[in-house]
Amino acid sequence: MTNTKIVSPKQDLIFMAILSVVVLTMPIWLQPFGAAYPDLMQKFMIFGIFAIGYNILFGLTGYLSFGHAAFLGVGSYTAVWSFKLLSMNVIPALIFGTALSGLFALAIGFVSLRRSGIYFSILTLAFAQMSYNLAYSVLTPITNGETGLQLTQGDARVLDRMAGIEADASLPTPNLFGIEGIGYSGFYICAALLLISFFIYLRIFRSPFGLKLRAIKSNQNRMGYTGFSTRPYLMTAFVISGMYAGLAGSLLAVTDPLAGAERMQWTASGEVVLITILGGVGTLIGPLLGAGIIKYFENIFSAFNETVLLNAFSFLPDWLAHPVAAVVGLFVGEGWHLTLGLVFMLIVIFLPGGIMEGISRLARLITNRNKAEPKSGAHENKEKEQASAGEV
Amino acid sequence: MDAIFLQILNGLDKGGAYALIALGLTLVFGTLGVVNFAHGAIFMMGAFCAVTVEKILTLSMRVRDESVTFFEAYKETPYLEVWFGDTGKAIIDWSVPLSIILAIPVMLLIGIVMERSLIRYFYKRPHAEQILVTFGLAIVLQELVKSFFGANPLPQGAPDIVSGSAAIGAVFGLGEAVVYPWWRLIYLAFSLVTIGLVFSFLHFTTYGMVVRAGMADRETVELLGINIERRFTIVFGIAAVVAGLAGVMYTPVLPPDYHLGMDFLVLSFVVVVVGGMGSLPGAVLAGFLLGILQSFSSMTEVKDIFPGIDQIIIYLVAVVILLTRPRGLMGRRGVMES
Amino acid sequence: MSETKKTGIVTRRTILKGTAATTGAALIGGTFPMHFIKNAHAQTFRGDPGSASSVKLGFNVPQTGPYADEGADELRAYQLAVKHLNGEGDGGMINTIKPLQLKGNGILGKKVEFVTGDTQTKSDAARASAKRMIEKDNVAMITGGSSSGVAVAVQGLCQEMGVIFMAGLTHSNDTTGKDKKRYGFRHFFNAYMSGQAIAPVLKDEYGTERRAYHLTADYTWGWTQEESIKAATENIGWQTVNTVRTPVGAGDFSQYITPVLNSGADVLILNHYGKDMVNSLTQAVQFGLRDKMVNGKQFEIVVPLYSRLMAQGAGDAAKGILGTTNWHWSLQDEGSQAFVKSFGQEYGFPPSQAAHTCYVQALLYANACEMAGTFAPWEVIKQLEGFEFDGAGNGPTLYRAEDHQCFKDVLVVRGKQEPQSNFDLLEVVKQVPRAQVEYPADMFGGELGPYQV
Repeated sequence: MTNTKIVSPKQDLIFMAILSVVVLTMPIWLQPFGAAYPDLMQKFMIFGIFAIGYNILFGLTGYLSFGHAAFLGVGSYTAVWSFKLLSMNVIPALIFGTALSGLFALAIGFVSLRRSGIYFSILTLAFAQMSYNLAYSVLTPITNGETGLQLTQGDARVLDRMAGIEADASLPTPNLFGIEGIGYSGFYICAALLLISFFIYLRIFRSPFGLKLRAIKSNQNRMGYTGFSTRPYLMTAFVISGMYAGLAGSLLAVTDPLAGAERMQWTASGEVVLITILGGVGTLIGPLLGAGIIKYFENIFSAFNETVLLNAFSFLPDWLAHPVAAVVGLFVGEGWHLTLGLVFMLIVIFLPGGIMEGISRLARLITNRNKAEPKSGAHENKEKEQASAGEV
Repeated sequence: MDAIFLQILNGLDKGGAYALIALGLTLVFGTLGVVNFAHGAIFMMGAFCAVTVEKILTLSMRVRDESVTFFEAYKETPYLEVWFGDTGKAIIDWSVPLSIILAIPVMLLIGIVMERSLIRYFYKRPHAEQILVTFGLAIVLQELVKSFFGANPLPQGAPDIVSGSAAIGAVFGLGEAVVYPWWRLIYLAFSLVTIGLVFSFLHFTTYGMVVRAGMADRETVELLGINIERRFTIVFGIAAVVAGLAGVMYTPVLPPDYHLGMDFLVLSFVVVVVGGMGSLPGAVLAGFLLGILQSFSSMTEVKDIFPGIDQIIIYLVAVVILLTRPRGLMGRRGVMES
Repeated sequence: MSETKKTGIVTRRTILKGTAATTGAALIGGTFPMHFIKNAHAQTFRGDPGSASSVKLGFNVPQTGPYADEGADELRAYQLAVKHLNGEGDGGMINTIKPLQLKGNGILGKKVEFVTGDTQTKSDAARASAKRMIEKDNVAMITGGSSSGVAVAVQGLCQEMGVIFMAGLTHSNDTTGKDKKRYGFRHFFNAYMSGQAIAPVLKDEYGTERRAYHLTADYTWGWTQEESIKAATENIGWQTVNTVRTPVGAGDFSQYITPVLNSGADVLILNHYGKDMVNSLTQAVQFGLRDKMVNGKQFEIVVPLYSRLMAQGAGDAAKGILGTTNWHWSLQDEGSQAFVKSFGQEYGFPPSQAAHTCYVQALLYANACEMAGTFAPWEVIKQLEGFEFDGAGNGPTLYRAEDHQCFKDVLVVRGKQEPQSNFDLLEVVKQVPRAQVEYPADMFGGELGPYQV
């Protein structure tokens, strides 16, 4: 696996450069996929940040948190409140969103990390569900419940008013000193933050700290015997990943200033688990791929309807086009959940290491063919990978 | 006093449902070591067994109503009623209890097929992968049900004779005003009997004892020349039957829809974990405990002191129990811990 | 790319003044489609079909989640509306709504096309889906939805983006009250109207000396309905014994129903919708509430917001239960008949109230464009504001300019005792005239916001 190899800092820089180019040119190369519109690309970035943060906890330490959506939600609510009370500038929103999520993660982590395994998972799930249920109902004065927290004309915006910026007739947009958080500029703000977050994440992966986290995953008891207290490391990892989630949540508010309670529901926590596993747990860029695929499904597959399908199959004779469209229609449009379920099953059954395993298998297949290596080596590799792919 | 008595009944009733679902879940976990996120979907499929039976029984001759011609408004008299008159009517009336006859073999089959074709390849895989693959399966199952039956709830009536309320207050000396629906009492009794049957099966039959021995030490049992894998398959089938029957019997209380399984999924996991992973008595105990606490927390008197407590009580209890008892109420050391 | 498309816009009211501005904007925007740049040019707007031969509408309905069936029905209605707008089929309400300028040749001569999306009945997902329609598909209008949370969230987005939103099924007072928006329009009725409509009927049926117990879904819509119904029933002399909030998706409501038994209340009001309503009603009936005699009176259950799909879900429990609904297919007026006929012929069953409101919304939008002679939203809005029409069911209707709420007759319905078919579940008790449900425009506060954003 890439992350266990010794990689020189120079290689990392090259890697970062390639990633930057790939990310920043998204509006061009996503065109053929019909995904090159700002909202979806922003979602790719934001859920990418969410997922790599989650990977720091789950991928490195193996602690399966089922409540990360709570941090996403706290980040969003804080950011929207920052827009309402302080300023439409995104910087305070991002700072407060990330910091408050960090604090929240500290509190939840302090309690939850007393347990491990599935007990840890259920504790995090319980906290997140409590947050969701309360945000939806009794905490409505803070969260605006079902409708979601929105900006209004009459918000205080103390800093903006002090600086003499008054909102005109239309609602103000979150901005970075004039660069708007919506549309393509919003995408570039998200992309920049993703690249920064990714760089930090890369450093964590390569650092001695990251190595200790991995050691916790492989054998926590042995770590204990060698005199390490694992709790502080776990705590740090948990808080960092909580802050990543908070940053992602704030960015959701930056690109679309509304914070809804559903962001904290267990299905949202489940989504990030699925994203990470789909892409490849513990791999560097796996979570980014996972985020891309899931969001693509949710936004593009769900939009196919009968008319679109009939158009797509118009090359077929009429008597055939209708039944074919009907069958395909089961899997797209209102049936997109079915496809999602099938994809999960297929990936987990055949590629337990996620898409990254698929890619590395493919790569091995090509190199093997070139070098005609003995097959047993590849096989061994695969087993090793499977063993470390997704332990709880 | 009356109010408290009724809330205890509500809690037991709810607890019965929770316990039945959690029982199957923990049985599968205890024997096969598989975390089955599709268990909620199995519960839902059980409920849809009842729907299917009702649909079959009420198959009808379609008569176009001539007074409304521009769309197909039908006046429907089920064939059963046409052919057998009152007997037919009675059969339709009893469709939910009758569904049990269909549900047992169907759910057993579904369980065994599921285990043989998918779950068994995941015994040795990490729990995270088990969760993901069964979660995917759950989505697939519920979407299939949705494409057949739609998303709207489908009401299933209890037989007329038990659709009223029992004057249970008189029995307990609480006065005539205290009544409770018959069907819910039946459900409670049914869940207790089912739980009793599962326990007797595991404790008093040789088959069950071997299964328990296999749970404790699989290798030794295999060394004794017993095909423990086949028994575990049967156990998976039994867990599916228990969840399926719980679903069938619950339909008059909760009109089933395709999403029913997901609604119960998180809850049943909380019940299992609070009870202690792999502990059958723990699951039952936790089911009833959470049911009763949920009932009490929704009383106005309690909500006045702690606003919104009924929204979070389940999770609050889970947190408190897991912090005071590291492995749930009756969990064993070393199960599901890293 | 679409800059080239942009420069070709020539409609009556939008004239691009020279190409300099366009070129400048294009330089800033690089390779990006220009309609993403806000205020790039004063007279351009999102969703402008320009010189294209067709115009796109966005149908944003729940396709997954608890309201998927309602969403499917909404989509059917929209597809029917598109057919009728394009001059296919029998024309449905195009023949009955008066005044109407639609000619059956699309909108302003452009063929109507549509894109669909899944709201999942979540505000986040609904907004993401709406954004896709705006940013990727360049739709001129967004419509649909089956919950107030979603309606308010999407309406807010549409105001920011400058795209008209024709709300689907949303019943909260907030949609055209506290959260009203210049770009948002609601044809459906609201909780206040439900209260005003049902109260006199309750008075006639159950008398003035009643003690009501409310069970309310614990979120914004539930609260506004509880407030409205409570006020309306107290107005006719009823007392309110207790109001209890229940968690959304509680499933089993037994712990909330048993306290009703001995509370001294003789009416239970269920401020629930969808699955919650189906469950709470089924269970309340199961607990024998309707067989009880309290204070010498027959115990009654009232469901202020009713729909046929929910009555179907509740089965026998719905029989005899009073409630209100926006529209019902059994209405005998010309418009309703025409709509039911073409819907029934197309799909083989009658439309739901959600389908009706969505169908009418689509036609009204199209008509407003015809009247304005342009797709420019600020002009279309002006046509919709204060628009009066008849022949869409519910009698003479006004789209009030001050809050974008439609005012029309409201139906009080009752679950039928002896339904003739699967669809014949509700009977109309009374068609409450519009005058009785009207209220001052500033009653719920809120501000519409600007015409141009």
